[in-house]
Amino acid sequence: MRRRFTVASAMVGAFALMTLAGCTTDPNVGSPTDETAPAEEEVEWFDQELFDKQDAERGVAPEGPEDQPWLQYINAEMVDTSAFASEGAKKACFANASISNPWRQTGWITMNQQLRVLQEAGVISEMETRDAQDSDDTQIADIDYFIDEGNCDIFIISPNSTAAMTPAVERACDTGKPVVVFDRGVQTDCPVTFIHPIGGFAWGIDTAEFLIDELEEGDKVVALRILPGVDVLEQRWAAAEKLFDEAGIEAVDYFTGADPTEIKKIISDELAKGDVQGVWMDAGDGAVAAIEAFEDAGVDYPVMTGEDEMSFLRKWKETGLTGLAPVYSNFQWRTPLLAAQKIFAGEEIPKEWVLPQSPITAGEVDQYLEANDGMPDGHYAKFGGEDLPGYPQQWQDRIIP
Amino acid sequence: MSTGTLSEAPVRKPRRRRLDASLIVGIALVGVIIIGSVLVASVGRNFFSAGNIRDILTGMSVLGFVAIGQTLVILCASLDLSVPYVVSLSSLIAADMMAGNPGNIPAAVLTVLVVAALIGTANGLIVTKLKVNGFIATLGTGLIIKGYLDTNYKGTSGNVPWEFQLIGATGVGPVPVSTLIMLGVAVLGALFLARTRTGSHMFAVGGNEQVARLSGIRTARPVIIAHVLCSMTAALAGLLLASRLGVGSPTVGSQGGYDLLSIAAVVLGGTLLLGGRGSIWGTIGGVAIFAVVDSVMSVMQVNPFLKDVVRGIVIVAAVAVYTARITERRRPRFTSTGASDAAGGGIAGGGRGAGSAGQGTPAVVQEEQA
Amino acid sequence: MSAVTSDSQHLRHRLAGFGRTLISPRGAVFLLLIVLLIAITVLNPSFAEPSQFVRFVQRVAPVAIVAIGQYFVIVGGEFDLSMGSVVTAQVVIAGNLIGQDESKSIPVLLFMLAFGAFVGLVNGLIVSFLKVPSFIATLGMMLALLGATLYWTGGAATGNPADGFRQIGRGGIRDLPVIGVLPWSVVILVVLLVIAIWFARRPFGRSIIALGDNPTTARYSGARTWWVKTSTFVISSLSATVAGVLLVGYAGVHPSVGRGYEFTAITAVVLGGVVLGGGRGWVVAAAAGAFALEALFTLLNFAGVPSTYRDAVQGAIIILAVAYAATTIRARRRGRALETSPAPEAKEPDPSEDPARPAPIPSTLRADNETKGGS
Repeated sequence: MRRRFTVASAMVGAFALMTLAGCTTDPNVGSPTDETAPAEEEVEWFDQELFDKQDAERGVAPEGPEDQPWLQYINAEMVDTSAFASEGAKKACFANASISNPWRQTGWITMNQQLRVLQEAGVISEMETRDAQDSDDTQIADIDYFIDEGNCDIFIISPNSTAAMTPAVERACDTGKPVVVFDRGVQTDCPVTFIHPIGGFAWGIDTAEFLIDELEEGDKVVALRILPGVDVLEQRWAAAEKLFDEAGIEAVDYFTGADPTEIKKIISDELAKGDVQGVWMDAGDGAVAAIEAFEDAGVDYPVMTGEDEMSFLRKWKETGLTGLAPVYSNFQWRTPLLAAQKIFAGEEIPKEWVLPQSPITAGEVDQYLEANDGMPDGHYAKFGGEDLPGYPQQWQDRIIP
Repeated sequence: MSTGTLSEAPVRKPRRRRLDASLIVGIALVGVIIIGSVLVASVGRNFFSAGNIRDILTGMSVLGFVAIGQTLVILCASLDLSVPYVVSLSSLIAADMMAGNPGNIPAAVLTVLVVAALIGTANGLIVTKLKVNGFIATLGTGLIIKGYLDTNYKGTSGNVPWEFQLIGATGVGPVPVSTLIMLGVAVLGALFLARTRTGSHMFAVGGNEQVARLSGIRTARPVIIAHVLCSMTAALAGLLLASRLGVGSPTVGSQGGYDLLSIAAVVLGGTLLLGGRGSIWGTIGGVAIFAVVDSVMSVMQVNPFLKDVVRGIVIVAAVAVYTARITERRRPRFTSTGASDAAGGGIAGGGRGAGSAGQGTPAVVQEEQA
Repeated sequence: MSAVTSDSQHLRHRLAGFGRTLISPRGAVFLLLIVLLIAITVLNPSFAEPSQFVRFVQRVAPVAIVAIGQYFVIVGGEFDLSMGSVVTAQVVIAGNLIGQDESKSIPVLLFMLAFGAFVGLVNGLIVSFLKVPSFIATLGMMLALLGATLYWTGGAATGNPADGFRQIGRGGIRDLPVIGVLPWSVVILVVLLVIAIWFARRPFGRSIIALGDNPTTARYSGARTWWVKTSTFVISSLSATVAGVLLVGYAGVHPSVGRGYEFTAITAVVLGGVVLGGGRGWVVAAAAGAFALEALFTLLNFAGVPSTYRDAVQGAIIILAVAYAATTIRARRRGRALETSPAPEAKEPDPSEDPARPAPIPSTLRADNETKGGS
């Protein structure tokens, strides 16, 4: 009897723990940020100011050399770097977040080819890289190691996450050496420059506006998202969701981990539930599986936004669906090393270096497909390395240094 | 009480064996350090420089905390796969409660530990009372916590005051304060296992639950306590990460892969995955081996994909070297996986328990290894 | 008339037996599966249409096949954590080696099977001869294999293999009555399941279960334990290979295909009432566990559960399902052990469950012990 009671009470206890996960407030967590209702939570990533800024930047013609988008900048406030001007080849230390997805791998190849150019030009002597494999803690240790042992002339940091990397980046700044941050940002303005494409909101606006134009009120869009909690990705969805909401488009979102199996299952289930008119993705990985789910179900292709990943462009062309390939400019991986060159030359560079970011439209697909013929599916069309040594072999063979 | 009976079966010749275990791990560690320092020197760096030592010790701290707790759980023949999420949750609760005010630190630390203890209690109760295998139980609670984190937190949150960040950022010479605290916890853990009754009950329950029960041990208690302590050390890891990051993060635990890595470190340290045998210091040695290997690979700028290949091979090779020396003292495999096992279905657990109870004679044990 | 009564009696008897099996711990997974399927159908009636249901089976096929492979490892007393990486590696191999050249399909398929068998062999030999616990050996394999695959491909495969090859996972026999399309995956799953059931009943299959149950007795009974153990790893790697072939067809090439499959497979097997640690379980229930797990995901999709809650719901249901099986098993057995010997228990459900019961280890010992051990 007593045994039965303990079993029962343990069941109750287990249940209590389980319901804990479902409820939105935990008395132990006293911060105002997480005691919001679910409806408000979704707008938490939404930042009207940043949204407006990026929205405006989409329409600005970038300054800088016309055929080198990786050196262009939008609405820049220039800073003087003459204090860092110095002769001779310098050592760069690169704290990379990871190369765990095709986008980062493509950029990493481009960066290394750019490095080769600068090494031959005698600007950079060597680049020491530590890869944090997606771990904040490892990247902090990496930066600290560089500060102590790296003998670095310049720090290049691609932060794994924004807030967590801030103290370590500040320590790097304290050394007095120039610090260049790119891709995700940090919450300090101590780096000499922060290089990034326009941003996630711009992506969200581009894609949502496209879908809204092509669809009608009441249509359904399935949003395929990779994972929660990463700011560059969350901002894409925050913007898109807001616009869908305003336009009366029904949008449901799923996390897929970029796994095509998951994507296909999700789309199949959605199609079994009812019609789906649009597919929105926060990154193009696995777009093909989504399209194939429509094929296998024998229904019309959706209106779809993917990314400038070759697999999507090829499938887009092959099926002739109505699509848009938003771009999170992969060529930004070249810019940090070129910024280093400018810094050591004492040239002015933008304090916040906003690179252009414009989607590939239906009219441009052929051009990009042709330019990237022979590239693997995981390659990104706007990688911007056509003028670098080793093109196209390095990217075709996908040689990861 | 029947302490005599109890210590007899599972802790036969304990001293020599444990010495052996720690000794082999120590030798392996020294070997790894020698090879590592040669490799590091080959690229013109000094393995024993302050920065490098700090890098290695920092790498040890977080995993060390988690692995200490995991050792206790594995000793009881259970597993804890929920640690990464406990780590993340702890970092978030801590950072949110501190909210940049040093005065909130004690309350925040206390709350984190209490929450973690509750999670550990839930794990322990599910394993012992609901008879769910530890693997599945903690996989489940881990998913539940993950759901909670994903639903309630959007990215990093909170603000850790500078005073608390110092724990992660300062050191005594090249030795980070965090490592010292971790080693302190390891000392406490080792004392707990060696000196307290609950500690020795853990060995007994993990070694052979049937025998332990027959000798009058309330077998559920040590298992629950092990789970509670494991969640609490995971919480300490979360606190340390909050201190290093300056914020709480819902993904910081899974980023580190602390679930499988901590289990690997524990086994690398000579603790039997089936429970009943092992030591905290072996685990620390295992954690150190990982940290040294990682650090050397980073200095050598090994391709990140190849790093995983090396890690995989090191894990297997180290455990293989270790088991080759220890096998003659092994119990028959799976004669009893203790509490965790009775879980999946009491039948088998009982059956095997009975089997091993009958086989406890050295002759049969020898036969097993033949 | 009398024939009818005896028939209906027989039927009632069978129904009662069936019902008892369902609420029995071993049938728990079938009960769970039925509940989930009914729930899905309520939310989305079209799910019950044969064509939709076949599609559901097609989708579960890779997971179920992996679960069948994992079953043999687990029932033999070990773990295989490398299955997910094997799936990924095979998917990438198919993508990179076949490419758009359909004529390479057969040679590459053979190579993949050989490679799968090789991985399993390595796992098995490490566990058998180096005495490394399987959890660690296969964890190492998981890291090394995935890392090597990514290194080889630079992180992303060249592209999907030829469509002909992908038909295995994507296509099927067309224009059938009622179901429309019978996907090849379903055919393969059924064939493999039948082979697995047959294999589990063979002496060799029994010796796997015996080994998991009690290695010492298994050795006394003359089984070559190293080979029995190694073969389970070969089976699981081969099943992961088959799953990889199906998945590359179903979904396409991506390094994340197969991620987490080892845990999904273990969860499915445990949901199927198979005991971690070995010696007990039924392969059909393991496959049913995979179905239940996938049905759960589908239900969450249909119910429109917010994406962030899904993990929590999944975790809760897994714990409750296993807890239900584990606690009822104890409750029932305590009752029974006093009155009868447990022998009838074996006969009570469908006799086809028998292969799950290890022949050499008499269940009496267990029940006996349980009554003794129950505090």
